[in-house]
Amino acid sequence: MSSQSWMLWPDNVAASVLLLALLAMGFMYAARRPTHELLRSLGHMLGGPLRVASRWLSAAAVEINNRNKAVLLAHGRAEVGQRIEREFERLGAIVTRDLQGYPTLQRKLLDGITKIEEDYKKCGEVPPSPPDWTEAVAAIANVKSTGNELVLRVLEEIKRSVNTIHDKAIGEYRKSYETRHKILEGFMPFWRSVDKNLAQVEKNLAGLQSSVKSVDAHMAKYEQINAGTDKAQHALTVSAFTQFAIALVVMAIAAGGAFINFKLIALPMSEMVGAGDYITSSLRTSEVAALVIIFVEASMGLFLLEAMRVTHLFPRIASLNEVLRRRMLWVAFTLLVTLAGVEAALALMRDMLIADKQALLQSLSTVQAVATDGWVGRIPTAGQMLLGFILPFALSFIAIPLESLIHSARTVGGVLLTALVRTLALVLRVTGQALRQASRVLIRLYDVAIVVPLLAERIVKGSRRSGRRRGAEIGIDDAERTHA
Amino acid sequence: MDRRKFLLSTLALAASGCSDPRSHRNAVYMLVDTSGTYAREANKALLIVNYLLGTLEPGDSLAVARVKSRSFTEKDIIAKATFDARPSQANAQKRAFRDKIDAAFKTVLGSAYTDITGGLIQGAEFLNEGSAGTKTIIIFSDMQEELDKVTVRNFPISLKNIRIIAVNVVKLSTDNVDPRRYLGRLEEWRVRVQKAGASEWLVVNDLDHLDRILRRG
Repeated sequence: MSSQSWMLWPDNVAASVLLLALLAMGFMYAARRPTHELLRSLGHMLGGPLRVASRWLSAAAVEINNRNKAVLLAHGRAEVGQRIEREFERLGAIVTRDLQGYPTLQRKLLDGITKIEEDYKKCGEVPPSPPDWTEAVAAIANVKSTGNELVLRVLEEIKRSVNTIHDKAIGEYRKSYETRHKILEGFMPFWRSVDKNLAQVEKNLAGLQSSVKSVDAHMAKYEQINAGTDKAQHALTVSAFTQFAIALVVMAIAAGGAFINFKLIALPMSEMVGAGDYITSSLRTSEVAALVIIFVEASMGLFLLEAMRVTHLFPRIASLNEVLRRRMLWVAFTLLVTLAGVEAALALMRDMLIADKQALLQSLSTVQAVATDGWVGRIPTAGQMLLGFILPFALSFIAIPLESLIHSARTVGGVLLTALVRTLALVLRVTGQALRQASRVLIRLYDVAIVVPLLAERIVKGSRRSGRRRGAEIGIDDAERTHA
Repeated sequence: MDRRKFLLSTLALAASGCSDPRSHRNAVYMLVDTSGTYAREANKALLIVNYLLGTLEPGDSLAVARVKSRSFTEKDIIAKATFDARPSQANAQKRAFRDKIDAAFKTVLGSAYTDITGGLIQGAEFLNEGSAGTKTIIIFSDMQEELDKVTVRNFPISLKNIRIIAVNVVKLSTDNVDPRRYLGRLEEWRVRVQKAGASEWLVVNDLDHLDRILRRG
């Protein structure tokens, strides 16, 4: 078939194109109504289900959100409740520890105060008043000296007696003050004791006050959670995200530790299970065995922390009675210590195997290496053994971030799922709307393609309408004339 | 083993509890030509044996045999060992193996003829008796086969699933006169081993690239 076969006049392309365009236009004009219906139906057919799906997803997102909220609030309630319980326990401990000594303290304070009062009273005692003869002395002192020897002698005798008495009175007065100073000096230990006791009371009350404030804050949070406010939900969500991120970082660090642990024991495990067996094309059985040991260690650590009630991943363990729980704790701890010991031995074996292999390779090579003996050469061995022993215990603490990760993953996953569902709903809604609009655009484009026949149709319709109007006007004129 | 492998192993452990049924063991049979002037190359053969001892892993097998006037006999096997699965035992075996080879190579006697085909048949028999995943015959020779009049070797042989590596194929003085002889000789061997069903034919003349000899299954 040649490329010019469609041409009606092979010599005249323009005429052929024009004729074909006219024919196509005619056909399209004839098929205008069904085509419009088809495009409209297509728009509805594609856009409708998408819209329905979008609505369904939106409703699902709301439901997921509600469920997330319920779970989040329940979790938050339990968590804050536990914290409040712990705060009350602390408060109880403070009250028991500090306030149970208050009667004794009070008695001490009262004794101290009574003693101080008594001493104070003693301090208040004034020295004895000067004797009555002072008035006689004053009268004699008024006697005028006339130079009489007798009088002078009497006066001198009186002076001497007065001086003696004065000295005696001064001495007594000083003695009395000295006694009172001694009493005041005796005050000091009581004052100090009272001061110390009061400071202790103040400190205890301050501690109690801060604990009460903390309880108040937790209670406020608890009330908000109980009321199911958006603020509480937001705070709990943020907290869950933070926990998730922190737990993830800690888990990544723990994975690094597990990797080092794996490196330490993978080679020596081949000495136990053989080096020639493979699980997959590149994975030896010895490597898997090493991995199993690490997982067993992590599990033992998990059970240990669970039995210690640090984590609460297994309700069955939490509900064990005290005796069984203690037994489990000791079993897990013993197994962990044993595994740590095995790992230390394996780390030593690893070093020996590597050294043996090196020795073999050196004996096979032409150049012999100089052996390095001494304590420096033993540092890596000791380090490996130490690491082999410590890492299982360090890995056992994975249980804490793991619990955190599991708990927060529910919230984080829920929020992400809600966001995903909402995004999907939006995308479906936009797509549905776009398809509907596209069908409308196609209808317009269709009309643009057959603009010439449409124009002709409009002109014809217009002339018919004007003819009809004219006819009607003529009819009216005739009627008017007839009427007239 | 990298971090990816560590994660892979974690997943593999979770996914499957059964072991890989395929054998990942290597079995190597090394033929050392001791005929004529090639006997002088024995020191290089020792280098290759040492390389193999250093590279083969626990569970792998190694045998070293001489190529003499008639080589289709177990008597020509100098030393053979299947290394223990435990690395420490395998290292001890390797030391003993090396001592045995050292002692044998000190007293290498040249032979009048070179029966490479007989050695190949013997090697194939040895390898097929084991359950190794990768079987390799290393021919340390100039690949110039010379047979006496009574020895019959011109029949089809089977080297199915065995890799044949020709190492240190030195050029003879006649090859220098006409290199086509050397190239023709190698081509002839290639066609012959491939017809015999060998999985690979390789020539390694540069002893610095011995890593091409071993391939993990």
